[in-house]
Amino acid sequence: MKQKQSLIKNPSFQAILTSLICIVLGLFIGFIVLLLINPAGAGEAISTILLNFLTRASAAAQMKALGNTLAKTAPLLMCALSICFCYKVGLFNIGAPGQYEAGACIGLYAALAWHCNWFVCLLLAAIAGAVVGSISGALKAYRNVNEVISGIMLNWIMLYLTNMVLTSKSVKDPTSPYTIKLSSGNPKALIPSAGLNNLFANNKTVTIAIPLAILFAILIWVILSKTKFGYELRATGFNKEAAKYAGMKEKQNIIVTLAIGGALAGIGAAFLFLTGYQEWSTTQTSVPGMGFNGIAATFLGGLHPIGTIFASFFIQSITDGGALINKSVYPSQISDLISSLIIYLCGFVLFFKFAINNWIGKKDKGGPNVNDVPVTDDAAKTEGGDK
Amino acid sequence: MDAPYAIEMVNITKRFPGIIANDNITLQLKRGEIHALLGENGAGKSTLMSVLFGLYQAEEGVIKKDGKEVKINNPNDANDLGIGMVHQHFKLVQCFTVLQNIILGVETTKGGVLQMEEARKKVMSLSEKYGLQVDPDAKIEDITVGMQQRTEILKMLYRDNEILIFDEPTAVLTPQEIDELMEIMKNLRAEGKSILFITHKLNEIKAVADRVTVLRRGKYIGTVDVATTSKEEMSRMMVGRDVNMVVEKEPAHPGETILKVENMTVASKLHSNNAVKNVSFEVHEGEIVCIAGIDGNGQTELVYGLTGMEPLVDGKITLCGEDITKASIRQRSKYLSHIPEDRHKHGLVLDYPLEYNMVLQRYYQPEFTSKAGFLKRPAIRAYSERLEKEHDVRSGQGPITIARAMSGGNQQKAIIAREIDKDHKLLVAVQPTRGLDVGAIEGVHRNLIKERDNGRAVLLISLELEEVMNVPDRILVMYEGEIVGELDPKKTTVEELGLYMAGAKRNVGIDANTSEIEKTEVIDTAAEGKEEA
Repeated sequence: MKQKQSLIKNPSFQAILTSLICIVLGLFIGFIVLLLINPAGAGEAISTILLNFLTRASAAAQMKALGNTLAKTAPLLMCALSICFCYKVGLFNIGAPGQYEAGACIGLYAALAWHCNWFVCLLLAAIAGAVVGSISGALKAYRNVNEVISGIMLNWIMLYLTNMVLTSKSVKDPTSPYTIKLSSGNPKALIPSAGLNNLFANNKTVTIAIPLAILFAILIWVILSKTKFGYELRATGFNKEAAKYAGMKEKQNIIVTLAIGGALAGIGAAFLFLTGYQEWSTTQTSVPGMGFNGIAATFLGGLHPIGTIFASFFIQSITDGGALINKSVYPSQISDLISSLIIYLCGFVLFFKFAINNWIGKKDKGGPNVNDVPVTDDAAKTEGGDK
Repeated sequence: MDAPYAIEMVNITKRFPGIIANDNITLQLKRGEIHALLGENGAGKSTLMSVLFGLYQAEEGVIKKDGKEVKINNPNDANDLGIGMVHQHFKLVQCFTVLQNIILGVETTKGGVLQMEEARKKVMSLSEKYGLQVDPDAKIEDITVGMQQRTEILKMLYRDNEILIFDEPTAVLTPQEIDELMEIMKNLRAEGKSILFITHKLNEIKAVADRVTVLRRGKYIGTVDVATTSKEEMSRMMVGRDVNMVVEKEPAHPGETILKVENMTVASKLHSNNAVKNVSFEVHEGEIVCIAGIDGNGQTELVYGLTGMEPLVDGKITLCGEDITKASIRQRSKYLSHIPEDRHKHGLVLDYPLEYNMVLQRYYQPEFTSKAGFLKRPAIRAYSERLEKEHDVRSGQGPITIARAMSGGNQQKAIIAREIDKDHKLLVAVQPTRGLDVGAIEGVHRNLIKERDNGRAVLLISLELEEVMNVPDRILVMYEGEIVGELDPKKTTVEELGLYMAGAKRNVGIDANTSEIEKTEVIDTAAEGKEEA
């Protein structure tokens, strides 16, 4: 009993537990929605969402499908890291989709118009994301413009700018709204697989982007928790005034943070479009969901870069699984509806964490306890973020 | 209804994990008395009041109102029982008027329409009855702290509260406003209200309270009559040992000039005119210079200009022979240590553990950061442990305690430890004893004098008259952004100091660069007022 008590007080355990509660609750609500629409197929549909690639017939097909999910996990993870990193510095980088668009724009343009190799394209995508991020950063630092507002506006500006740039002759496929396939336009720009494709039934979209994204997650974690740079950034995030008092360049830190966040999102775009998994549609009129899903992955991952790896995979997996739901039984929007319900519930991680601590507090007959302090603060911050 | 006590808290015990915040405490408030609650930081005063206000539930003990046991589960219950509280930090809506703030939450409406006139009548009659002068149509952001506090008191009276809790009400007031508040409290008592007065200031207890209950480290020490108990006895009850009420120090031996400020002008963030106007002074090694004055006369901006938090409009600052007028905060920190006015806003990163706060000014130095940019965690831990030990900083879990979870006194001790331990020639201490109890204040003063005796220059900014008179070797008085007086604390009286602080007297800046006390001259305050207009 005592051990169980101390285990439940452990912050890491709490983070994992609350994330699991959110997932279960999300699936449950999704299940109810499915039941309401058509009770007959609900059980099968929910298991399809969960099992995703495992529903495929053969082992080879399963591996191939898993490869696809992983290929899309890498960009999602980069977007989630972008948001996670900025969040740790007290900034809510809802501009990640805009930075992602900038990365896609320059990455693809460099690949198709300038015929650069994949590494140069990747680097340029990172720089493009960083530039867009630092616009929000500079506005925040020098004019105290809320980064959420400027981020959202930049999301749209970058969307149409990207559409415009990628419509140019050398980049766009003249017969479709999409950009030219890299495999025909410039194979040099495809991120190498380095043999990883063989593990996934020769799925060519499985590239070194996947291990690279995981390396980035570890790198972000090390920077935030182990270095002087991370110490300064987090101090700035917690208390800008105290950072200034201690002689830190708090304005510069804000810009640098959003620039790094932007670079991560920009690389995220490169990790999708430079694998040849997908082409950019120059007629799209909605901001790509990748950046927004990153927010859910960040919270589901307990705001920890390492947790974000697993959360990104899970979210990508249910999204892909949702696409496999039997369309003759359910309307075609159902897959997005169910996965977005689950993603939505992921945002409740902090709420459940708070509830658990309250419950522990009551059990200890102590009301709010010391553990509550950081937790309530986290909750307060999400409120701030939501504004 | 015949019970003599308006409210009784009997044998209250409240535990938090690892600590007993209230250990069997009994507090009995008679009807129509001013009852002081005295104790050091972390003695359990706030916890006890939170229990009374329904924010916490006690594990043991009962609360009785008029002799009958009551359950207070939340602040609404407390309100229903007629318990009201003026918090240390006011809970007012800045852009609402006084009247709107008072009625907020208990508005009278007719068919959904506010009945302001009715409310106004009630507020004005209350204001007259208790001598609480307010302008009902002024916005909170435009009125003085004193009037804001009167608004808070009117809020309680408007709700017909019978039991009034004042949580350290004098911390934010000028000496004159404190006197006024004391009068108001006496009026309230005369009208039959029962008052709980939380404070560490013994003078104030002596001035208004009938009885005082003393807590120490969560334990009930006793309840005594104020009239028959001396201040020394009260402080002994509070601290548990004899406290030296007079600051002991040797005469100063000022040496070379460390800080030289020439014609410094700093802009104000709130007003269009400058907050600090053409100020010049020097601080030498081995002396404590105190800038005295009523809050809001430019002291904060003076410190901001000095420490680099705000740029100067004009003037020159020389520190240890180097021109630092345009230097960054980091460059200045080579010679300058700064105990900031607001420890939560500037002094600490509250969500960082104590150890990270201990290196806030030094984290980048090779001692704590490797060449590759990685923090040296063991070195930081050891450093924090050493400072905690040397300066008796107490916390729940040592270096890994989150700063937010520490008591105010220990937070301040941590800041002082950090700033004193760091290399420096000049220590700028801004209200270093604000919100601290007698025992802790004594420690801070001892530290300041030790700094001086170690040959450092100390610039103390203080609002506390007692501190101004006892600690420094030289007093500079600030009034409306100017230094209007230079006084020798040994040769001056509190009354004289008060005249300078109120702008009624001036001995500096009449002729350029004169500072002899003989040149004292009384300036007609009315004329001064006209000049300002």
